[in-house]
Amino acid sequence: MTLVLTGCVQSQRDDEGGDSAAPSDVNSTFVFAGSSDPSGLDPAFANDGESFRISRNIFEGLIGVEPGTAEAAPLLAETWETTEDGLSTTFNLKADVTFHDGTEFNAEAVCTNFERWYNWTGIAATESLSYYYGSLFGGFAGDENALYESCSADDELTATINLTRPFSGFIASLSLPSFAMQSPAAMEEFGADDVGGSEEAPEYSEYAEAHPTGTGPFTFESWNPGSEVVLQAYPDYWGEQGQVQEVVFRVIDDPTARRQALEAGEIDGYDLVAPADTAALDEAGFNVMQRDPFTVLYLGFNQTVEELQDPLVREAIAHAIDRDALVTQVLPEGTEAATQFIPPVVNGYNEDVTTYDYDPERAQELLAEAGYEDGLELTFNYPVNISRPYMPNPEEIFVALSGQLEQVGITVNPVADEWVDYLDRIQGTADHGIHLLGWTGDYNDTDNFVGVFFGAQGNEWGFDNQELFDALGEARQIPDPEEAAVAYQAINEQIAQFQPGVPLAHPAPSLAFSPRVTNYPASPVNDEVYNLIELSE
Amino acid sequence: MLRTIGRRLLLLIPTLFGLTVLLFFWVRALPGGPAAALLGERATPEAIERINEAYGFNRPLPEQYLTWLGRLAQGDFGNSIETRRPVLEEFANRFPATLELSVLALIIAVGIGIPLGYWAARNHGKLFDHLSVGASLLGITIPVFFLAFMLKWLFAVQLGWLPTTGRQDRSIDATHATGFYVLDGLLTGEFDAAFNAFTHLLLPAMALATIPLAIIVRITRASVLEVVNADYVRTGRAKGVSKQIIRNRFVLRNAMLPVVTTIGLQAGLLISGAVLTETVFAFPGIGAFLANAIFARDFPVLQGFVLFIAIAYALINLIVDVSYSFIDPRVRIQ
Repeated sequence: MTLVLTGCVQSQRDDEGGDSAAPSDVNSTFVFAGSSDPSGLDPAFANDGESFRISRNIFEGLIGVEPGTAEAAPLLAETWETTEDGLSTTFNLKADVTFHDGTEFNAEAVCTNFERWYNWTGIAATESLSYYYGSLFGGFAGDENALYESCSADDELTATINLTRPFSGFIASLSLPSFAMQSPAAMEEFGADDVGGSEEAPEYSEYAEAHPTGTGPFTFESWNPGSEVVLQAYPDYWGEQGQVQEVVFRVIDDPTARRQALEAGEIDGYDLVAPADTAALDEAGFNVMQRDPFTVLYLGFNQTVEELQDPLVREAIAHAIDRDALVTQVLPEGTEAATQFIPPVVNGYNEDVTTYDYDPERAQELLAEAGYEDGLELTFNYPVNISRPYMPNPEEIFVALSGQLEQVGITVNPVADEWVDYLDRIQGTADHGIHLLGWTGDYNDTDNFVGVFFGAQGNEWGFDNQELFDALGEARQIPDPEEAAVAYQAINEQIAQFQPGVPLAHPAPSLAFSPRVTNYPASPVNDEVYNLIELSE
Repeated sequence: MLRTIGRRLLLLIPTLFGLTVLLFFWVRALPGGPAAALLGERATPEAIERINEAYGFNRPLPEQYLTWLGRLAQGDFGNSIETRRPVLEEFANRFPATLELSVLALIIAVGIGIPLGYWAARNHGKLFDHLSVGASLLGITIPVFFLAFMLKWLFAVQLGWLPTTGRQDRSIDATHATGFYVLDGLLTGEFDAAFNAFTHLLLPAMALATIPLAIIVRITRASVLEVVNADYVRTGRAKGVSKQIIRNRFVLRNAMLPVVTTIGLQAGLLISGAVLTETVFAFPGIGAFLANAIFARDFPVLQGFVLFIAIAYALINLIVDVSYSFIDPRVRIQ
């Protein structure tokens, strides 16, 4: 039964308030507004949030996450065991699971998926399509850096994956939608790997456009580009189906338009609520929720700039910044001030890391010591007209920080760019000074934060610290998670001493829902599956 | 007449050719490449290099241009970098939405603008005249997105009369043969569907119509005032020609020439000007798509769409010129 949402929400809610409806009485269509179309429906070829949001409801991986946390948890694999050398992991699979096309999920299907990723060639093996496999598994068949070696189906429900070298993030990374299990039969039938009509004009396969087939609680129904993607409940789902029978992902690009659509009752919820809107929506009776922060926002230093090569200057800037004021003044509710470049819930977080407290006098002393008693001038780069989960309002963050820096005698020379130009400038050139940037983690692994930032020499930071690069390279290969955590704690301290930048905050992204949504499985890593949604009407 | 139209159409070819040169190099002069937009904040230099290699962005510009032109000649506009679908297909999917929106906006602008301008002129110097001049000034200066949000706030959020986004409610299972939702509903007799699509069009069309409406009011008013005081009208009056004939034959017909020119120009602007309106109303037309393509440096889409819009503009111009000769036989297009 599908009711029309429009119009009936506001007026009826108050009258019926008290009596909580039985599942069959609720409007079982859940409408969520995303900011853009998915790039495609084959998660192995996707790397954007909107594609993943949809994938997570259609597909499941061997590994999932504990709802509401970033912890890896069993999903299609009930248990797993890794050999001591970290090279071989055996997965015991869940029984009686079927793909949406009716075929069985088993060890053969697991191997088919791994072999598929490993054997991609041509345009399929480029970062625009297989970004996550390429970067996490080191490369494809024939690549000497390739991490994957082989897969064997030991019996119907036991599969073993062999790696060429240990990878500490292996299990956690499998919770990414890119490594979800897809139906071998459907991929074969609809030519899932037939991508790239030509080099200049790559095209998604028919499978990625219209036939994604997983084991998740919802099946793909339709995609009307520019408008919406519709999913339906999968009647043979192995787990709890929940109240939601139909999911509609509407495309509403503009943040204010999303808010108005919620207020007008056209959608049930949306993501990345502007910090300025949360209080007003909350007061108007909408449910505003915060995800646990899985983000980091930082002020980066470009050490090709002579002044920033001086550790005294870097330390002075760290002491000049009042993180707590920044958090309370311009960042969304639920944001935590940062002491290091990973959020607290990530393995390897160091409770005892060296910190640089807000101390403007000390900052001035350090600047004087460094020879800048008459003041220092720095270029401050920041992006405009963009909202990222870790940086919802860069202009306001810039204003707050530049004010704090000016107070200790650092004159900032602001340079603002549109987002794409900004990324080009920061990561593609040495033409920048101090800058704002950050990251939202993909899965629970320290390497996914600090390894991404500081794993190799790059334009963004402009330093060459072989000791740090080596430490990160070694930590990546520690198979035992506890041992890896110790190594990463040491690395986080090493980074704190070296000060490549100032970790500022872990902003919490907000979601807003209509009052009928009584429970939404908000997840720090965005692993939100809609069979867990609870509705009251 | 047909020969003249044919010649005008032939003239389009060199015009469009010149445009392709401008367009190609202008789009590439924009800072930032598509790779960064595609790969996000943590793209490695090698990854960007690979994307540029795959799409041919690292080849010499003249070579890229000639490849593009060769494909254009075969009707191949390339594939969108973002959606990976052919630009032509993306355009065909979205153009009906934009056209439907633009046509309604034009109907509103013309249907209200001409009578309003005429009455303002007839009441020259009186309160109604001052009001309409003031209102049209406001209409020209008010930012479209601000107006759009206000319209939505009032009619959708507060009053709940009209929807804020989309083209049609999902609950309506309508057939879409032509892609023009209102027309589809009327053709198939699904009047509910047509009405529903129409309600979705109203707010964006009102927002989109505001500027052309204001301009048409001003031009009509000025033009009517000028004609009313012309010698031949005075002579007609002196000779005792009936008021009705003076109004319809002498005044309106002659006053319409500059108005038609303006309408033509505004019609072209509507299609390209839908960018903001469509974004604010999440209306799935070419405007919203183009806005996204600019942000993502989606070169094939930018080039293809601007070319389409240029062709539409040229054709509208031609229609305006042709309609001149119907309104005023003295004007013959050569």
